Amino acid sequence: MALALAGVALLSVFPAVQRSAAQDSSAVDRGVRIGIIYRPGVRPGLVVLPGAAAPDSVRAIIARDLDLSDRFELITLPAGDSIRVSAAPLAGAGRPPAGGRGGAAAGLNYQLYQALGADFAVGLALVGDTTVLTVHDVAAGGVRREFRSRLPPLKDPEFRIAVHRLADHILEATLGVGGIAATRILFVMDGKVYAIDQDGADKRLVSSSDHQAMSPAWAPDGRRFSYMEFWSGHGQLFVQLVGPGKRQPVATTGQALDFTPAFSPDGKTLAFSRATEEGTDIYTVNIKDNCCLQRLTVGRFSDNLSPTYSPDGQRIAFVSTRPGLPQVYVMAADGTDQQLFAPFDYGVTGSSNAPDWSPDGQSVAFHRDVGGTLQVFVLDARTRAVRQLTSLGRNEDPTWAPDSRHVAFVSDRSGYRQLWIIDLETGRIRPLLQQSGARLPAWSPRIPETASSTP
Amino acid sequence: MKRLSLIVLSGIAAVALAACSHNPPPVTTPQQPNADSVAAAERARQDSIDRAAAEARAREETERQRQQRIADSLAALGHTTEAVRTMLATLIHFDYDKSNIRPEDASILDQKVAILQANPNLRIRVSGHCDERGSDEYNLALGNRRATATKQYLVSHGIEAARIETVSYGEERPLAQGHDEAAWAQNRRDEFEIVAGGDALRQP
Repeated sequence: MALALAGVALLSVFPAVQRSAAQDSSAVDRGVRIGIIYRPGVRPGLVVLPGAAAPDSVRAIIARDLDLSDRFELITLPAGDSIRVSAAPLAGAGRPPAGGRGGAAAGLNYQLYQALGADFAVGLALVGDTTVLTVHDVAAGGVRREFRSRLPPLKDPEFRIAVHRLADHILEATLGVGGIAATRILFVMDGKVYAIDQDGADKRLVSSSDHQAMSPAWAPDGRRFSYMEFWSGHGQLFVQLVGPGKRQPVATTGQALDFTPAFSPDGKTLAFSRATEEGTDIYTVNIKDNCCLQRLTVGRFSDNLSPTYSPDGQRIAFVSTRPGLPQVYVMAADGTDQQLFAPFDYGVTGSSNAPDWSPDGQSVAFHRDVGGTLQVFVLDARTRAVRQLTSLGRNEDPTWAPDSRHVAFVSDRSGYRQLWIIDLETGRIRPLLQQSGARLPAWSPRIPETASSTP
Repeated sequence: MKRLSLIVLSGIAAVALAACSHNPPPVTTPQQPNADSVAAAERARQDSIDRAAAEARAREETERQRQQRIADSLAALGHTTEAVRTMLATLIHFDYDKSNIRPEDASILDQKVAILQANPNLRIRVSGHCDERGSDEYNLALGNRRATATKQYLVSHGIEAARIETVSYGEERPLAQGHDEAAWAQNRRDEFEIVAGGDALRQP
């Protein structure tokens, strides 16, 4: 709290400095210190205002999303009643925002919330069937943004994702960054593909057949995903639409063991691993026209697998056993210029597998054998420095959130294997679902508004 | 078969009767039939009928024994098929993160070579499996290596490559469910199944 208050004091002078610090602690603006000591880890305070108008569930989901974004100090109001009495009621919630510095027009006691350590205050009100979200800049003493949306009814499968989107609006309005509230994570359990909201709610089966499934992967548009199924010993890849659940087998696959599909950023190409009697190699296929199989690696005495595209589509990181044990390599998207990506000590470093390139292009997460168990590592794509992210229990199969700072992975730290999420900035870690057997997670991009949210 | 023996029987009886009638008694006038000779003829006729019946019975017994022998050998053949199948299904195992055939498993593969050679129509599928310790997706590639290693061994010992399919299930189909070395050792394996030509198998 002391830190938060210091942050408030700082923010009241230089709000911009504080915001950029919260986004990325490595990108400190030089020349704006002026006698103020920069404190990484100090996050802006945010309060979700009480109010009877909006449904409790909406307020609760948003408050939780803001907390899980790991970008705010969420301020809990001590005794809600006294605050409400001292704060002027949100009389004009339905009115157009006063805008600018006319904070008083919104009827909020900014001094009070500032004293409590809030930099931002979020109000929710229901006007007719429209939910009005008001984002107050407490330090500036005014309304920063207002969003109006007609939420689907509570029972509607669209409801939660629509509320999550409101939480993402708040991040955009306050910090100018994209959130991860309106995202989902695919994973495999008992040979079937499931989806779950990033806050751990709404787990649902999205693909079930008599065939064992593996390796789900999202298309960059958030409307489709791909996965592999065993068909009489072969691996058949499918691309499935999120909404209607219709699926298409990927051409040329299914005759061999095809696995670990990965979409190119333009969504037109699917890279995958194919195991034949020659070994395992990486291929691409054009899924737009269902044609044009290309082989990218030729490793007669080594296996090449688990491709992941850089977000600019220029490069593919992958796993190769050419040094003996599997390690992380990189090549141009056409298969040329293959080279080692994540450095290792020959004969010392353990197997490295399951790379996933971050959406901002800066990092590649993967897991590596450390003393007989697996740990998640992050490779800096530019400097090629490798740092270990986890150390407790066995941790594997990392997948990046679209904000490139959260990573979901499989861990047995609680005694059984389940999905966890870590924030790389704060180090905060939380279980995604309390259920054993979940594995091979794939974090979605932000789910587009037009895509049906019922996978 | 029974009808055939009856026909044979009646044929023999007819021949016996004809033989009797062509063999007139020496001391009797043709006009006056001798009671003794009539009785003798009648006896001879009866004897030949009995003889023919006995022969038929003997033949029937032989036939029955032959049928029994065929049935027995068919059953024996079945036992062989079952035994060969069991031999063929014997698993081979691997060291952690390895796909080379262990020396002690080579004899198991030699047995399979012999079976494949003795049964030219037999086609098999080899599936490679891994323990849960490695990476899930890497294990698909490793299982593929394990199945391929076996195929290479069989082919290098003279088996036609087209008769052997290879697949990999990685760590997706464990035999033992435990989380210790005993279970892992069991799960690092190649399995063998018959794809075609396995109805009647000959012992090598």
